[in-house]
Amino acid sequence: MSNVSRSAAAAGWLRLRCILWALVPLVLFAAVGGFLYQGLYLKPRELPSALLGRPAPAFDLPPLPGKQQFRHADLKGEVSLVNIFASWCAACRVEHPLLMRLAEDKVLPVYGFNYKDDSEAALGWLKRFGDPYGRIAVDRTGRTGIDWGVYGVPESFLVDREGRIVCKHIGPVMERDLAEKLRPAIAAARAGQPVKC
Amino acid sequence: MWVEVGHFAFAMALVVALVQGTLPLLGAHRGDAGLIALARPAAVLQLVLVAVAFAGLTQAYVTSDFSVLNVVNNSHSAKPMLYKISGVWGNHEGSLVLWVLILALFGAGVALFGRNLPPAFRARVLAVQALIAVGFLAFSLFTSNPFLRALPPPADGNGLNPLLQDPGLAFHPPFLYLGYVGFSIAYSFAVAALLEGRVDAAWARWVRPWTLAAWCALTVGIALGSWWAYYELGWGGWWFWDPVENASFMPWLSGTALLHSAIVVEKRDTLKSWTILLAILTFSLSLLGTFLVRSGVLTSVHAFATDPTRGVFILAFFVLVVAGSLALYAWRAPALKPGGLFQPVSREGALVLNNLLLATACGTVFLGTLYPLFLDALTGDKVSVGPPFFNLTFGPLMVPLIAAMAVGPMLSWKRADLAGALARLKFAFAAALLATLAAAALAHRGPWLAIPLLGLGVWAITGSLVELAERLKLFRAPLSDSLSRAGHLPRAAWGMSLAHAGMGVMLLGVVGASAWQQEQLQVMRPGQQATLAGYSFTFRGARPVQGPNYSAIEGSFQVTRDGREVGLLVSQSRTFRNPPMQTSEAAIRPRPSGDLYAVIGEPAGDGGYATRLYHKPLVHWIWGGAMIMVLGGLLSLSDRRLRVGSPVRRRAPAGVALAGAGD
Repeated sequence: MSNVSRSAAAAGWLRLRCILWALVPLVLFAAVGGFLYQGLYLKPRELPSALLGRPAPAFDLPPLPGKQQFRHADLKGEVSLVNIFASWCAACRVEHPLLMRLAEDKVLPVYGFNYKDDSEAALGWLKRFGDPYGRIAVDRTGRTGIDWGVYGVPESFLVDREGRIVCKHIGPVMERDLAEKLRPAIAAARAGQPVKC
Repeated sequence: MWVEVGHFAFAMALVVALVQGTLPLLGAHRGDAGLIALARPAAVLQLVLVAVAFAGLTQAYVTSDFSVLNVVNNSHSAKPMLYKISGVWGNHEGSLVLWVLILALFGAGVALFGRNLPPAFRARVLAVQALIAVGFLAFSLFTSNPFLRALPPPADGNGLNPLLQDPGLAFHPPFLYLGYVGFSIAYSFAVAALLEGRVDAAWARWVRPWTLAAWCALTVGIALGSWWAYYELGWGGWWFWDPVENASFMPWLSGTALLHSAIVVEKRDTLKSWTILLAILTFSLSLLGTFLVRSGVLTSVHAFATDPTRGVFILAFFVLVVAGSLALYAWRAPALKPGGLFQPVSREGALVLNNLLLATACGTVFLGTLYPLFLDALTGDKVSVGPPFFNLTFGPLMVPLIAAMAVGPMLSWKRADLAGALARLKFAFAAALLATLAAAALAHRGPWLAIPLLGLGVWAITGSLVELAERLKLFRAPLSDSLSRAGHLPRAAWGMSLAHAGMGVMLLGVVGASAWQQEQLQVMRPGQQATLAGYSFTFRGARPVQGPNYSAIEGSFQVTRDGREVGLLVSQSRTFRNPPMQTSEAAIRPRPSGDLYAVIGEPAGDGGYATRLYHKPLVHWIWGGAMIMVLGGLLSLSDRRLRVGSPVRRRAPAGVALAGAGD
């Protein structure tokens, strides 16, 4: 091999190395982008609830004036959904039509905890948007919320016939959550099978 | 009606951005002067349109127009005026409008003040800027439109998160965005340079003032956020390594690296490929911050209401911006001509070390922030990465950075005499040693590591002063000679020394507040006394007070030291109604040695109240140091050399950024 072609080969190799180095940021970013995409479908907020499979914590709370009182004993005998709501919570309005449909179609009884709310405002809110709740308990101070492990509004709990919490949903219930998570869970709870949640 | 005008203007801005993002690019490619000339008026028109849109939305907030859904969700008629206005950007949708407004502001700034840029290059910069705007305008209009009506309108709104109802936080987002978005200019300059295939000293001189302006704004924004956390959250912390704090800190770190590497490009015409990459990465990290906050990928106190469609949209846009520019980089960067050579021990070498350390620090913050996501994606485990990780990895990287910071400016370009530079720093070394010994003698508790770190802070400050004195030949030449030198010293040199000294001041604050803080938590009844760090606090009792949209318990503490009166500390625990939430207003009394900090909490039932008392030595130096750094940056921005790129004089681009900041 002549000197010229050897140095040409060396220059070519150098250039290739330059190009490879210049590609490194792009390759690294592709990996990061992949993780970020996956991250969109992960739910970092949904820490597995310590209450899953455990009896729903007891409570003794007053009703909203003019509405039926929601008691701890109501949770036994039937698979039910317990929803934490408040009139000041914007996301509650997002899931509200869905809860209305669940109640109207008699899919299952829906009970409500009116959380850290003003009762007047809550009644006005229910009057305006509709009342999907068969029974409501007023958790003015949020103490029962602490027992139930509530850390944001809205949250929803699926309770089985024996009064055990079998599924917890954080944030507004959307169409997709209902179809992919809650409906299968309801069916499993009714059939007495283990609930995947 | 104004809302509709704003909505229409916003949609028109998208159309203008589409034109501005394509035709000038084509024109620059073909050398068509007509299409190239389109860029400038388009950029100005876009600013006008977005400003009208922003004004329309602001008007709806100011008049509490509850027929606008965004106003209903985030405002309340009983809110003070300042927070009605800051409510415009205190939510996801509105903050995007502010984001686009600042983007348009910077774009119009380049159009109006970048007269000395070659027209084709300027057209490319403005086109890239417009393409970024297209993404954000489309994101806003199609997934997060703030101009939608709520019919029928409710009687009142839902209110703004009470934690955000605070003067410090009212201005935190605008400054942060000025920083984030300001880096878009560096990005646009980098992409335009890659398209042209040419990076030279002139390029660096154009890009530096914009980067510096963005850096100053980002520094102010981060400092404001940290200060707010300090006095509002009531626990006296000033930095939590929260994912979103980190998201704003990463572009700051890489932006700082960019500022330094651009100097090398400007002065020595080398390190070009790396500088271009840094410009791309800095803005990419700004976008990553936006993505993290708005997609709900990471949990944070800052997370906006999350929605998967928004997440997918902004991720797609983010990938397009970053992958597109990195692919362009991979294609064009190898063709950039390498510049001058230099010895490892030289000014260039020092700046490379600075870049290595800052980039590594940025990398550790990146890893720590995204590690929970990586792990969750790979294994499904949920973890959170907290301060111990960051203190252990980030801290050790800052020590050599700050130690070298005093030496770097003493080195000459190309090849330097390290021993000579160190010899000239002997005064700084003596001062640092003295400070270390004094701290060791005085501190009888706290971690031993804090003592040499205190010395390091003094080293950084005196090192900058010695460097300044060297330039002025202070004490070596007659005083009149030094004074005349001071008059002729470029402002950029003053700015650098000031900024470096500010870093040292900040380190002192960080060390003092972390190592020697004292705290006491107890239940106090009226008349009871507690002693902390030599101060005695007498609880004078609490009383209920009413605010415009909250009720509060106000507790006061009489503070004395050695029998002498220091003052009355008044703290409030506020309960807001819409939405229901409690916040605490800490009572803070700055003293020369540090802050006295008192917080009143829940009533304990027997007439007593839970109270927290702190003594935080040197804590205000943290923000003081940050402000000195910003002052240094602004001084440097006002330097004539930065404004006079080529024969034509141009007015300070800083003026644009600052005018925006004042709004």
